[in-house]
Amino acid sequence: MINRREFLKNTVKGIACAALPLAAFEIIDPKKLFADKSGKPGVRWVFLIDTYKCVGCGFCVKACKNENEIPYDANVTRTWVERYVVTKDGQVFADSPKGARDGFATPKIDMGLGKYQEIKNEDIKKAYFVPKLCNQCENPPCVQVCPVGATYQAPDGVVLVDRKWCIGCGYCIMACPYGVRFFHPVYKTAEKCNFCYHRITKGMKPACVQACPFGARLIGNIKDPDDPVAKIIMTERVGILKEEYGTKPQVFYLGIDKEVR
Amino acid sequence: MVHGELWTLKELFVYPNEYIYWSVQIVMYPFMTGLVAGAFVLSSLYHVFGIKQLKDMARFALVFSFALLFAAPMPLLFHLMQPFRGMHVFMTPHFTSAIAAFGIVFSGYGAIVASELWFLYRKRFVEVSLPLKEKKDKTLLEWIKFVIFCTLTLGAYDISEESLKRDEKAIKILAGVGIPVACFLHGYAGFIFGSVKANALWMTPLMPVIFIMSAIVSGIALCLLTYIVTMEIRKFVAVRKRSRAAYRFQTREEIGGVEINVIRMTAKYLLFFLIFAISLELLDLIFRGYTAVKSWDVLRTIIYEKDFTNIFILQYTIGNLIPFILLLLPNLSIKRAVVGVALVLFGVFMMRWNVVIGGQAFSLSFAGYMHYHMPIIPHDWETFKEGLGGAVSIFVMPFVLFWIMDKIFPVFGSDKEKRATH
Repeated sequence: MINRREFLKNTVKGIACAALPLAAFEIIDPKKLFADKSGKPGVRWVFLIDTYKCVGCGFCVKACKNENEIPYDANVTRTWVERYVVTKDGQVFADSPKGARDGFATPKIDMGLGKYQEIKNEDIKKAYFVPKLCNQCENPPCVQVCPVGATYQAPDGVVLVDRKWCIGCGYCIMACPYGVRFFHPVYKTAEKCNFCYHRITKGMKPACVQACPFGARLIGNIKDPDDPVAKIIMTERVGILKEEYGTKPQVFYLGIDKEVR
Repeated sequence: MVHGELWTLKELFVYPNEYIYWSVQIVMYPFMTGLVAGAFVLSSLYHVFGIKQLKDMARFALVFSFALLFAAPMPLLFHLMQPFRGMHVFMTPHFTSAIAAFGIVFSGYGAIVASELWFLYRKRFVEVSLPLKEKKDKTLLEWIKFVIFCTLTLGAYDISEESLKRDEKAIKILAGVGIPVACFLHGYAGFIFGSVKANALWMTPLMPVIFIMSAIVSGIALCLLTYIVTMEIRKFVAVRKRSRAAYRFQTREEIGGVEINVIRMTAKYLLFFLIFAISLELLDLIFRGYTAVKSWDVLRTIIYEKDFTNIFILQYTIGNLIPFILLLLPNLSIKRAVVGVALVLFGVFMMRWNVVIGGQAFSLSFAGYMHYHMPIIPHDWETFKEGLGGAVSIFVMPFVLFWIMDKIFPVFGSDKEKRATH
């Protein structure tokens, strides 16, 4: 008859003996194995915006709204363009009327509450346009806070929303430091840019990239060393937005300025 | 119309998709949860720490906490764009989210309060159901009453001295376990806000603690207020009934009204927690000003300019300072207590408002502002639930529930019972 002390002793010994050889085995992730075996580089979608090329025409916003069925007149948009005007006395003005859907038709700056500010051309030190869209963060806070897992990151890095599962609590909207999320006016669920996932997964370009007449918007695969966009990101000096939040955004900007919010 | 557009006014540079998405319902959520937690802590002061003066208050606070418990998740449900999918939080919780554990924390806490109530009222359930069981020709109403109370006994009919003692022990344990859980429930509401790194006003590790302290303050205040009001109503009704029946020789005191000692004792605890709450809030404010990180420029404008009235006049002066003096001055009278606790409640509500709405009063660009205009007169379901109507319905709900629950869990021992125990 084995007593309690013996039993416990043997159990500990048994576990220790079994654990040692077991530690030699690595738990294999089938997806990882497949990726390693296939020999092809994986996919990680990234975006590159050349702010020098953007003229603020708003074709990208129009194309996006049509492509992704965001009601045309609703004051929400998956992508938008911001205009920055820095005057000689150091003031910074910024606006994005209707997300620049119709471009910037007037030189007056939209100050909100129905007010507009006129700035004389001779007072302007510098001015430029900055297109914005979802950063498809490597560490997305929106995915972290979703209480039901309705928003998730695809293996290729794009953050998606499941309209059938989203409860519409708005926590993801609050968690995004870039303000890219909103409630879809028709589906009443969280909505955001997904790099036109339905297009890029079929080998097409996102609607905004295709619509941009100046090539200011480019999409690429950072894991492919031969990808022209990946090459630019690797070799040129690119900036990202709000890196202090630790979200690791994957939309890179050429010619970004310190005034950009 | 986009959700949020109706009640949001944008000033200067605000991103196109930014609106005040979390409106008055989300103000109500921490306010109501705070009341739940506070009421429970108050009741536990008697059960766990044996503060005898709070005996009457303890029973009252526990039932009220239970009534509030049902109202607390309602604002969360109300504000969902897909309220029918609310169950998903329970079915497929995504545990990296602070909201996901809500279902577990909330039901765990609910179970504790419910079982404590059961032990507290078990004797009554048995006493009501046994005579009804023996009664032969029951009326329909008596049948209903019998079924309800019989079910509530859960088949435990033993009310011997010994088993009642065991009940008391169980109550003590449950009340003891309940305190950290209640604090967790509310600290957790604070965490939901405090962990949003994108929001400069919300993100502080102090948020859960601030929430807990102000929760206890508001819970005690509401219990005090409701206690005084219901006692006064009972007294008023009793006086009228008795004067009609010509029992004029009874004094008002004999009918049993508010006991001033209970009020004074409870008010002391309220002040104690109020000091903690204010100190923490001021610490947060001073710390932000002193460290002055990137967001401070916009926060300073919000705190000292845009929301100055809401924060310094309505919250700190009317909601904290004035009631603090009112409750601190010696010889606290009932009238003064009522004014004091009502102002405290208002102050805590304003604190929630300034956190939730104030946190969305500035753009993520730090270069623009948003103004919230609460819909007063609703013209559709959305403007009702996200407006004054929705908020008021949520606030009234626990009182209606309390009135119903009082039928099953009588809070105020009848005069006869009282005399018997004296």
